[in-house]
Amino acid sequence: MNAKHDITLAINGEAYAISVEARRTLADAIREECGQTGTHLGCEHGVCGTCTVIVDGAPVRSCLMFAVQCDGASIRTVEGLADGGEPHPLQRAFMEHHALQCGFCTPGFLMLAVAVLERDPDIGDEDLLDILSSNLCRCTGYANIVKAVRAAAAEMRQC
Amino acid sequence: MKPAAFSYHAPETIAEAVAILAEVAPEDGRVLAGGQSLVPTMAFRLARPAHLVDINGVEGLDRLVLDGDELSIGACVRHAAFHRPVVEGCLGPLLSSVARHIGHYPIRQRGTFCGSLAQADPASEWCLAAVTLGATMTAMSVRGSRQIRARDFFEGIMTTALADDELLTEARLAIPPSDTRFGFAEFNRVAGGFAIAMVLAAFRLEDGVITEPRLGVGGVEERPRRIAEAEAALEGRAPGAEAFRAAADAAAGAVDPMEDINTSAGYRRDLVATLAFRALEQAGRALEQAGA
Repeated sequence: MNAKHDITLAINGEAYAISVEARRTLADAIREECGQTGTHLGCEHGVCGTCTVIVDGAPVRSCLMFAVQCDGASIRTVEGLADGGEPHPLQRAFMEHHALQCGFCTPGFLMLAVAVLERDPDIGDEDLLDILSSNLCRCTGYANIVKAVRAAAAEMRQC
Repeated sequence: MKPAAFSYHAPETIAEAVAILAEVAPEDGRVLAGGQSLVPTMAFRLARPAHLVDINGVEGLDRLVLDGDELSIGACVRHAAFHRPVVEGCLGPLLSSVARHIGHYPIRQRGTFCGSLAQADPASEWCLAAVTLGATMTAMSVRGSRQIRARDFFEGIMTTALADDELLTEARLAIPPSDTRFGFAEFNRVAGGFAIAMVLAAFRLEDGVITEPRLGVGGVEERPRRIAEAEAALEGRAPGAEAFRAAADAAAGAVDPMEDINTSAGYRRDLVATLAFRALEQAGRALEQAGA
């Protein structure tokens, strides 16, 4: 029951060979075993969206997957967004539009929005609002987050 | 907030999966599909399964195909697969509009259609759709395979006809006649929240009057069901506010609503009347748009 499983997580292109119990969530494995603490954990039961990461192209709650399920999967976290010292357009838009205050929820919003905009750059406002309602932010009142994602969407469409 | 320890099994074929299930089910072994309901329950330690049989790697369970005049939905088909219409005709758009009400976008990337059926939460949209559209479920175990009709499948809150060692491998939805019109209405208080009440309505027209009416109510009683009284109030009537109101009132009168700390039975009953009317109106509008 407490047996450890040897798995490999590919996080932002780098392979992490780790050994985890089956009950280890993906979120905890990313943070504890792989040391990538940009992914935050809020509620730990799938409600807040703070731990959202991209697994094989899909934005998912990393607290609702077990690490052992992701053996060999390609995972993207907030650490992989910036290109060297250059922030991702979405990160820049979040700064410019004051889409964060305390910043705790920001990694989750960024990964959710990046996944969605990469899949559907021309997404309409109604769909975008529906998707952004997935995550919780206790500071901003959401308006600036929506503004930032729209601005980044426009910029990402141009490049 | 961390799940208790369990033994993890990752079968690659259905035969392997049901063999493991047969072995571990008596020791509280459970199936793990999307995990969007099971894993939070484990995080709260409300569920402490000793074994999880992860079916995500089982060959063929991600199949979503038109098979004759039925849509076959494999056990690992995610909610997100329905974001865009999966079949031509009236069923695809209906399933898309229903799918949008399930949890949130990231939840829909993992959660599965069949997982919702097996979970049998009274507030599940897919359970309502299965009952209203008359789905058939395929359950497999080492003892063989059997078909269970939706009306026999749901037994109560989070209780189904599945035995502990049975794997729900597939749900099949009959493709409705192409001139079937649908409406779906749901009410909840916050985005992505559980349905407090929801109604799925469908009918066809023959010589200007309603035929083959279906009206299913979910989130209100312990399990979703079609409301015969409401369907009787529609059959043979011209579509319009008068018939829709009569059916909506009949539905509200026929249900025996659950109560909880936020929601009285009376409030749920009122919601049924409102949502049934809205769902029927939506079906009626679909009719106008089609120029019928």
